Amino acid sequence: MVSLKRIYVDFKVFSVGYLRNKFGLFFGLIFPVILILIFGAIFSGETGTIDVYAQNQDTGALGRNIGNDFLTALNESSTIRVITVNASENFPDFLAAHSASDGILIPSNFTGNYMTEQQVNVTVYGSPASSTSGIVSGTVSGYVNYFNLQRFNGSMVIGLTSATVNTEQTTYIDFLIPGLIGFSILTSPMFSLVNISSEYKKNKLFKQLSLTPLTKMEWLIAKVLFYIALTVAGFLLMVGVGVFAFGAHVTLSPWLIPFLILGPLLFASLGMLVGTVTKNPETAGVIGNIVTFPMMFLAGTFFPINIMPGYLQTIAHVLPLFYVTEGLNNVMVYNNIPNALVDIAVLGIITLVIFVLAVKLFKWRED
Amino acid sequence: MFSIEVTNLKKSYGSLKAVDGISFTVKQGEVFGLLGPNGAGKTTTIEIMEGLRERDSGDVKILGLDPWKDGYELHKKIGVIPQEFTFFEKTTPKEAIKYYASLFNIKVDSNAILREVLLDEMEMHVFESLSGGQKQKTGLALSLVNSPELLFLDEPTTGLDPNARRAIWEVIRRLKAKGKTIILTTHYLDEAQQLSDRVAIMDHGHIVAMGTTEEIIQQHGSGERLEIHGTQQLADYINANTELQGKYDKTKEVISIPLKKKIDMLAALAAAEQSGMGWGEIQTRQDSLDDVFIKLINEPLDEQGEVEIEQKPNKKGRR
Repeated sequence: MVSLKRIYVDFKVFSVGYLRNKFGLFFGLIFPVILILIFGAIFSGETGTIDVYAQNQDTGALGRNIGNDFLTALNESSTIRVITVNASENFPDFLAAHSASDGILIPSNFTGNYMTEQQVNVTVYGSPASSTSGIVSGTVSGYVNYFNLQRFNGSMVIGLTSATVNTEQTTYIDFLIPGLIGFSILTSPMFSLVNISSEYKKNKLFKQLSLTPLTKMEWLIAKVLFYIALTVAGFLLMVGVGVFAFGAHVTLSPWLIPFLILGPLLFASLGMLVGTVTKNPETAGVIGNIVTFPMMFLAGTFFPINIMPGYLQTIAHVLPLFYVTEGLNNVMVYNNIPNALVDIAVLGIITLVIFVLAVKLFKWRED
Repeated sequence: MFSIEVTNLKKSYGSLKAVDGISFTVKQGEVFGLLGPNGAGKTTTIEIMEGLRERDSGDVKILGLDPWKDGYELHKKIGVIPQEFTFFEKTTPKEAIKYYASLFNIKVDSNAILREVLLDEMEMHVFESLSGGQKQKTGLALSLVNSPELLFLDEPTTGLDPNARRAIWEVIRRLKAKGKTIILTTHYLDEAQQLSDRVAIMDHGHIVAMGTTEEIIQQHGSGERLEIHGTQQLADYINANTELQGKYDKTKEVISIPLKKKIDMLAALAAAEQSGMGWGEIQTRQDSLDDVFIKLINEPLDEQGEVEIEQKPNKKGRR
């Protein structure tokens, strides 16, 4: 039933048209690279080390003080320079008195809980007005992840010390690249399919196409394949710019492939769905924006979500894009494949639901 | 051999009966015009025949196929230009033809098709840069890719300037000469008259007249009549002194006398002369398709011969 030849033919004519449209090309490929260049330039460079006050209330256990190890590791990153604050100070008051926008607090039971695998939180103080807060919290979150991983692997304390020396230093650009890849995975297929599906419906182009042997499934597959190709091209471009222009550390692994396929498939289907259920292109555009914009900023694209207040983090977890950016971060930054598998599973389910809905509701003909 | 057989076709949108029990047949090689004001049900009818819309009831056989159930088969055999044809903005006519040919899995001479629709000089321009007439010609070109025996042209010249309209007519005449069966909807009377072998006039979902334009004029027109410029008194005098029954139009100051025989004209003129009253210019007249159309539809025409009526609710329902 589904003909590969017709998919190819439709893919080809769509690609040629897309490449002639400089607007689409700009937003598909050039714009994300510009974002990387701008954000990379702002947050990178030799002068970029941020001084952060840190208070270690950890009393240690079994002769170890993992709170100290944690701060030492942070201090060895190129991003953060730790300024230790006496444990007897009231930390929030101290930060206020020193007009500091960032601070890190290690609680007293840190080592004990860490070793007995009980939940323990490092508190990162930040200010929404500060441009450094995102970087600090992103970096700390990276190290928290790293320390958790050490425990997960069972290497515990010993592995900790030796690994700290070898660990790659995580910078903001390392977080930014997966985020912006997620951003372009969302925006290009989504905006494009909202627009195409509502305009084609209005202009009766779907009716026109239904008079050819092309089926709606073939048409949709051709669009999805195109946006997967565009996503891969954008991915290579962004990683290339990040690595060569800013020396970003990126782990490339086959586990990225599911995200580069599921992402465009999900957002092309979602765009299709919005264009299908709305009456005209104007409404479709508005609904499309309502769906897209919160995801653009809240799903861990420009800022790690852990700098956001709790309720926003909850919202982030219901945004499909979150599982793309988190998954990309898990693979590219933390090399945490078990967590990435969870993201792939969640993403797969959301994608399946949206795709089936879009195909079911999308009609070539009218009754 | 009929290419199209429609029997008692009905289609409603909610409470609105867009097509209310129409029947007609179209012979192979015929050009059949569907005429009527906006909202008469033309597009609904044509879309049901094309298999783009499901009917409520009635029988429709297009080239022997049920258009809704056998749409996929039917679409290989027919060519269609929908109303206000559009295509991918950044695709050229030549690429569009090749695209269609690949989808239909056939080899075509795209240059020959472009020449056939008089578009060969624009083959390398992307669709969005074409004029209205060139866009319609692209639509015509695409409808020809699968060498269809039956063509549906839904208002192919609406919104085009007179030159572009004539160019499209020229293309349609060539297709007719090649023996294609063509269904044409239009709300331009001259277009229907110029191109169609037979027309059906639709109004509010019904066919109110059908046949060749001559037949329709004969059936529904008032026949030949004599018009004399004069007064009410003269009209009364003629009616009293002959067997004729003239009608007086006060605004035009014209006495209009139906002529059953040619000789009636002499009697009328003799009576007028006898009356001693003054009378002005005389002429004989016959209803045109426009006159019949207005009589049947009961809606005014604008100067272009296009029916001016308010947007009916089914215009919305069709979307």
